[in-house]
Amino acid sequence: MVLGGLHLAGLAVALALASAATSLLAARWPQALRVLGLPLFGAAGLAALASGLIALLGGEVGIAVLPLGLPWLPWRLRLDALSGLFLAIIGTVSFAVAIYGPAYVRSFERGRDSIAALGTFTGLFLTGMLLVVLADDAFLFMVAWELMSLSSYFLVAFQHESAANRRAAFLYLLMAHIGGLAILLGYGVLAAFGGGFAFESMRAATLSPLWATLAFSLAFVGFGMKAGLVPLHAWLPEAHPVAPSHVSALMSGVMLKVAVYGFVRFVFDLLGPPHWQWGVTVIAVGSLSALLGVLYAMMQNDLKRLLAYSSVENLGIIFIGLGLALVFLGTDHRLLGTLAFVAALYHVVNHALFKSLLFLGAGAIHHSAHERDLEQMGGLLRRMPWTGLFFLLGCISISALPPFNGFVSEWLIFQAALQAWQLDSGVLRSLIPVASAVLALTGALVAATFVKVYGIAFLGQARSRHVRRARRVPFGMRAAQGLLAGLCLALGVLPTWVLGAIDRVPRELLGGGLRQAAAHGWLWLTPISSGTASYSAPLVVLLLAGAAGVAIWAFRRGTVRRVRRCDAWDCGFAPPSPRMQYTSTAFAQPIRRVFDLVFQIDESVSTREGGPPRYQLAIGDRAWGLLYAPVGRWVESAARQVVRLQSGNVRVYLGWTLATLLVLLWIIS
Amino acid sequence: MDHLLSQVTAWGLVLLQALLYAVLGPLLVGWVRKVKALLQNRRGAPVLQPYRDLRKLLVKETRVAHTASPLFRAAPYIVFVSTWLGAATVPLIAVDLPTAAIADIIVLVGLLALGRFFLALAGMDVGTAFGGMGASREMLVSALAEPAMLMAIFTLAMGAHSTNLSTVIGHQLAGGLALRPSILFALGGLTLVAIAETGRIPVDNPATHLELTMIHEAMLLEYSGRHLALMEWAAQIKLVLYGALIANIFFPWGIGESFSPGSLALGIGAIVAKLLLLGGALAIAESVLAKMRLFRAPAFLNLALLLSLLGLLSHVILEVGT
Amino acid sequence: MIAPLPLLQQLVLVLAAIVLLTSFVLLAQARLISAIHVFAWQGALVAAVTAVVAAAGGAPHLYFSAVLTLGLKALLIPWMLHRLARRLELDRHVETLRLPTLVVMAAVALVIFSYWLVLPMVQEGLAFTRNIVAVSLAVVLIGLLMMVFRQQAVAQVLGFMSMENGLFLAAVSATAGMPLVVELGVAFDVLVAMVLFGVFFFQIRESIESLDVDRLNRLKETAEERE
Repeated sequence: MVLGGLHLAGLAVALALASAATSLLAARWPQALRVLGLPLFGAAGLAALASGLIALLGGEVGIAVLPLGLPWLPWRLRLDALSGLFLAIIGTVSFAVAIYGPAYVRSFERGRDSIAALGTFTGLFLTGMLLVVLADDAFLFMVAWELMSLSSYFLVAFQHESAANRRAAFLYLLMAHIGGLAILLGYGVLAAFGGGFAFESMRAATLSPLWATLAFSLAFVGFGMKAGLVPLHAWLPEAHPVAPSHVSALMSGVMLKVAVYGFVRFVFDLLGPPHWQWGVTVIAVGSLSALLGVLYAMMQNDLKRLLAYSSVENLGIIFIGLGLALVFLGTDHRLLGTLAFVAALYHVVNHALFKSLLFLGAGAIHHSAHERDLEQMGGLLRRMPWTGLFFLLGCISISALPPFNGFVSEWLIFQAALQAWQLDSGVLRSLIPVASAVLALTGALVAATFVKVYGIAFLGQARSRHVRRARRVPFGMRAAQGLLAGLCLALGVLPTWVLGAIDRVPRELLGGGLRQAAAHGWLWLTPISSGTASYSAPLVVLLLAGAAGVAIWAFRRGTVRRVRRCDAWDCGFAPPSPRMQYTSTAFAQPIRRVFDLVFQIDESVSTREGGPPRYQLAIGDRAWGLLYAPVGRWVESAARQVVRLQSGNVRVYLGWTLATLLVLLWIIS
Repeated sequence: MDHLLSQVTAWGLVLLQALLYAVLGPLLVGWVRKVKALLQNRRGAPVLQPYRDLRKLLVKETRVAHTASPLFRAAPYIVFVSTWLGAATVPLIAVDLPTAAIADIIVLVGLLALGRFFLALAGMDVGTAFGGMGASREMLVSALAEPAMLMAIFTLAMGAHSTNLSTVIGHQLAGGLALRPSILFALGGLTLVAIAETGRIPVDNPATHLELTMIHEAMLLEYSGRHLALMEWAAQIKLVLYGALIANIFFPWGIGESFSPGSLALGIGAIVAKLLLLGGALAIAESVLAKMRLFRAPAFLNLALLLSLLGLLSHVILEVGT
Repeated sequence: MIAPLPLLQQLVLVLAAIVLLTSFVLLAQARLISAIHVFAWQGALVAAVTAVVAAAGGAPHLYFSAVLTLGLKALLIPWMLHRLARRLELDRHVETLRLPTLVVMAAVALVIFSYWLVLPMVQEGLAFTRNIVAVSLAVVLIGLLMMVFRQQAVAQVLGFMSMENGLFLAAVSATAGMPLVVELGVAFDVLVAMVLFGVFFFQIRESIESLDVDRLNRLKETAEERE
């Protein structure tokens, strides 16, 4: 059973590599991606899912040592419950993408961009992610991390004819490497104290509080940058929209989770006992990311950019949960820490599912209507009914509404935050509820954002001709979305099963599980005790459906059943045209006015001679002006100082060589 | 046999409570309108008029715009059912009903949010300017009201150590007449949030005919017949829901603590009296205050958030022993 | 669960919490006349706290303090400020804070900070009044915050006065009142300060033709111009 799990994981890696290799054939034979590459990709996903489930539900930890790597540092693989959970996530989303892919990449087969590159790098991307999750030593971890970042760079730069895409890809590569450097330094600190690069020796290391905090900071910066936490998030809304939609689903749905995996592995597993101050920092950064992410998402008109900012927000929520766990664990409240930890992991799973669903939906819209701009969409529910239905389920899930999965994880995080009364410190007891108020504000703004998205894109009337004539969505794309939407519903209605499956993870990492969560049977979710809080999703669904049935029966009989179609209310003037509808910018305007300090707003009205006035509105990210531009200027000025070394004179260069030689000789002596 | 009888009684009471919520909604709205009319020196419509209005709408033909999608026809049912289900879990006449286990405050907020989500989508469905305007404004108001409501809930939950409504009410009953600043501030915050969420003056005028001043009505502009009846009824149930929440959490005396007929009769009498008082107070407030411009609503809701926050801080600073 | 306190002590807690609320309202209140009224209520509430502490602790001299505070802080000084505002033609003056949300958030942070500062004070038997010291420190700090963020001169006076309210509240609740001599002296000082403020404001307005405290730096400019 144990070796079976690790073998399956190895099979998944092999299949992913095979998918990459066979996609190379697509250079000569374009259908290769659809026929060979993507099915192998899907098989890799299934194998990863299977091995993940075995690790979660089955027995002990599986370890393997590969004959690759350095002579004194062979690569070690390890499959424990945490790796298993993330393997399951990667596998599920990859499988859905593999079902979605063939219909979607058909449009690339006759295009200018190299479809072989698309398939190869997607396969390598999956390989990298699987190896990151399976790695048991820092060397393999960094190699796999690098593979993941590089292959996703090539995917982001896939449509490289456009200068904007190239810039986005460069920014992505730059920030991925800065983050990777921070992670490497973090591992370096641990390795120095542990005496080796294998995770085993890092676990056994004991660090002084100062060094532990330094290692934590490096890991937080490195993994936080990859996860897209504010203020290191600027690459996310640039890079994710630019890649092809199924790749965006992989990046947003899975790669960000791999960053969370790295953080959890580093801080909860390798680093030893946590300090509660770390938790406060993580909660603060998480709250800021959540709030700013959703505010920026609300203002976007580009659908994929909006979804990317929404990923920033959800990662913020996950880190709020992880921060709460650190605070509770650092103040010796192990059970509460476990609750917060499990809530964060549940949100990881949920976000992977519904964000991928939404990105696949955005891809379907792009495929059918060739449109990414919300201001041009409208009335798509008539043209794409199934995609519309699944996208609606995704919107409901991400807005954390019962009975879907987003509600369960937010409910659990609120329950964990509410237990703050058990803490000793009065300051923490006041600050944690403030953080949960920020979380509540974020949740309400998310609902507003996705009402905007769904209402503008799918409801109302089409705002442009090509959207009015959108094509039908192929079966494969619909099936993939249906699968993910069904999983969202399932995870919302059966939270006790999911918690039972995840339970091994806190048992291995934190020393105990959440046994009482299902103590009252599968029907009731009681994370702390039944007197404190309980939620029964199946009952809610049953009551909703029952009441709906009663209502429909009661209100449709005996009354006039026919429904007459007519025109919409037009105040007695001309009939409403599509141009009269609320636009995406208009919908977001009240929130923009209330929160205007958060944005960089450039608004201008200019009147030309004899022509109509022009109104221009540009909403930018403040992080650019406050952080990135100054840092960029500083780096450039430092570089200019260094350029002085380059005088061009041969004798000066020889002089530098002589000086360096003298210094080295002196050091050796 | 006794156990079976008590189970049947309990579930019968659950059904009774759900029906009471549906029935009391129009009554409360009629009462508020009556008091407002009396304050304006008019006789006003009879208190039972909303029932007649609902019946009139139910028998009328339903018209749907050409541009409407299936969501437009499904939304009234979803809004009504989610609001009714949320209301049915709030203890109205007795504290320990079997549905007490799902009476979680956060679940209640979630169910109301589900209704609001579909209401806003329904507003945007037909593709007119008014629907979009109503949806956009409603989402602004609800976004700002949510943190205030949750802070007030947290203040209560931190005192009672639970988010379960029955536990909170039980904790309040056990505490007796205790003057606690956190409870006072939470009451203030929750009252302001209730005014915003139910769309009363000063946030929104439920009786306006000017489309540009509407928030809730603008989303219902295209509805007619039984769809409109369901939406209106849902709004009325929401008013009773918030009234019952405020009445039973902050002034819980009189609520039935057992299933004996005397206790239940007292419970029904108590809640009706409390709702009449709250309705009268609401009518007076609506007559005295004017509706605010939309962009003054954030200041109103910030006051609610401040009150809830002060309630929480008072609880932590002033009320917890050491 | 906390042990239920006797009714009078609960009343003191409630009144102290409402004093904190009034200092927040004073901070953000735009209309000057309304701000003066809020300040009057704050004084009345502080007097009420004094009276209740007197009744609960059996310290009769505090009744006299309560009456003094009521007369001075709730009636006389607001009346003087009201008259001053009318003579300076500031009746309908509305001054909005530039960043109200941030200022209020800063005030909340000050409340949490004062609570944290007061934590080491552990006193048996004065448990409930220990918490009120946190509230009074917060009122003082918020009064100072008001002086920093408000530009109107009369608003600055209100901030200064509310700082004094906070100090008085701390003295009453933590030590059951100051000696009567000290109180009379402080009350007299505050009265004199009010009269001086009144005189000063007219002078300021004549010099720089506005009562915006930021414009006081114009005095420096005119001095330089003359040289």
